[in-house]
Amino acid sequence: MSEVLVLIDHVDGAVRKPTYELLTIAKRLGEPSAVFIGSGAQGAEVAEKVKAHGAEKVYVVDDAQIKGYLVAPKAEALQQLAEKAQSGGGLAAILIPSTSEGKEIAGRLAIKIGSGLITDAVDVQEGGVTTQSVFAGNFTLTGKVTKGTPIITVKPNSAAPEESAGAGAVEEFAATISDSAKKAQIVASQPRKATGRPELTEAAIVVSGGRGTGGNFEPIEGMADALGAAVGASRAAVDSGWMPHSFQVGQTGKTVSPQLYVAAGISGAIQHRAGMQTSKTIVAVNKDEEAPIFELVDFGVVGDLNTVLSAAADAINQRKD
Amino acid sequence: MNIVVCVKYVPDATADRQFESDNTVDRVGVDGLLSELDEYAVEQALQIKEKAGDDTEVTAVCIGPEKAVDAVRKALQMGVDKGIHVVDDAIAGSDAVATSLVLAKAVEKAGPADLIVCGMASTDAVMSVVPAMLAERLDLPQVTLASVVETQGDQVRVKRDGDTATEVIGATMPLVLSVTDQSGEARYPSFKGIMAAQKKPLETWSLSNIGVDAGDVGLSVAWTEVDETTPRPPRTAGEIVKDEDSSGATALTEFLAAKKFI
Repeated sequence: MSEVLVLIDHVDGAVRKPTYELLTIAKRLGEPSAVFIGSGAQGAEVAEKVKAHGAEKVYVVDDAQIKGYLVAPKAEALQQLAEKAQSGGGLAAILIPSTSEGKEIAGRLAIKIGSGLITDAVDVQEGGVTTQSVFAGNFTLTGKVTKGTPIITVKPNSAAPEESAGAGAVEEFAATISDSAKKAQIVASQPRKATGRPELTEAAIVVSGGRGTGGNFEPIEGMADALGAAVGASRAAVDSGWMPHSFQVGQTGKTVSPQLYVAAGISGAIQHRAGMQTSKTIVAVNKDEEAPIFELVDFGVVGDLNTVLSAAADAINQRKD
Repeated sequence: MNIVVCVKYVPDATADRQFESDNTVDRVGVDGLLSELDEYAVEQALQIKEKAGDDTEVTAVCIGPEKAVDAVRKALQMGVDKGIHVVDDAIAGSDAVATSLVLAKAVEKAGPADLIVCGMASTDAVMSVVPAMLAERLDLPQVTLASVVETQGDQVRVKRDGDTATEVIGATMPLVLSVTDQSGEARYPSFKGIMAAQKKPLETWSLSNIGVDAGDVGLSVAWTEVDETTPRPPRTAGEIVKDEDSSGATALTEFLAAKKFI
């Protein structure tokens, strides 16, 4: 069976959940080969994790020549791995996490190997048939890559990760990185502060606040913690400097599709809807009963978010006791 | 310095966007405009020009149907010096790969450019891959998704809010730069700008002008295909309650419990 390359999404060797989702999808298309571009010393540990989710092979690409530069070197490494797989038992597809960096790697790779590219897939089925959600979630597309090796970037929560042991054969791969790929230098890097809450794009529940919070996110955070949820924010809240951009849900922030989305003090402009409209269940709290967000909701409360969320969080916490 | 800013004409995101029967985006039946996210690219290009001085020229390049010239005009009104509209029937239905080919050839002809500035994504396809593809095709460094841009001579330094870290990226021109909506509010065209735009050069190029074979672009040779487009079923109207004497919180908690979220 042909290989399916899966680029491992990780932070300093800590494998992120979308990797396991990609491996689950990869099994529908061929034999999953996980690609770890990171510190060679962490290769064995990472290999164990992906092996438990079905990786038949694990390519370890030491990133000494890669980590100091943006995007281009990773695309070169994947190109060389793709060529290797093609000249071996064949290559069925390349799956890459739909992060901003992942999509850019995919873009360069598509040009390098002359293959079609589909981004932000929310499902991939046998034969590489992909599903995407477009136009702010107003349309669903199905399609496929028709030239070369399908390169597909896949959004978080697109599959339930399945544990199944693969062979997990570790193979070290020495990529050759050209000088022209080493021109955009990462001069400094500040890891994002851990919030102790789930990752926004991966969370099953998201509680977001907007302009209506007036800058006070305590009720939002209290409700999020009661529900074990991630915290999000509208663009208005980010533009006001109340929350960092990494919390922004919407067209120019994160797109989320959780089981439950709670929008508090968010009017529901198209740009925000683009980031959350495909959530399974939507709840809104807003004091303006005319707010367009109420057109989307399964349940809405017209009222002050401070009192409603605080009382609801208390009630939820009491139920847990 | 020579700056090229890439702008896209997109269907208005606040309008009722549709697909054609061949599953391509309806770019005619829905009102279009300069992609909001490309306004930030125009703004940064203009700010870099203003800092660099008089001998810097900013050229806006746009690929799209006849009406797409509106996007170029808007860029001219905002303050760019020159506009180029690449229009050719053969381009219709092109995917990102083909778009990046046409853009690369157009930029080469418009250049040599020291700096190619793009928005972070288009507001229609929202793939965010064309700047990276353009950099790949032109064999240039990519300095992408910048939220803060600083230039000094031919040095570019940006802040990039990455997926898991905030990074500072540095590179030397020539390069491809893409900027986010955090990079700074885009200016509105002034009355003076609107008047001046009417006298600025605006060229129309076809594929043959830039040396692209019509057989390499368009829907029929796209490397991806869209088989089906389905409008999302409208959400069924939910229950809305008014909060009175903390009844809202109680109702909300009951709803969440009934749905097994708590």
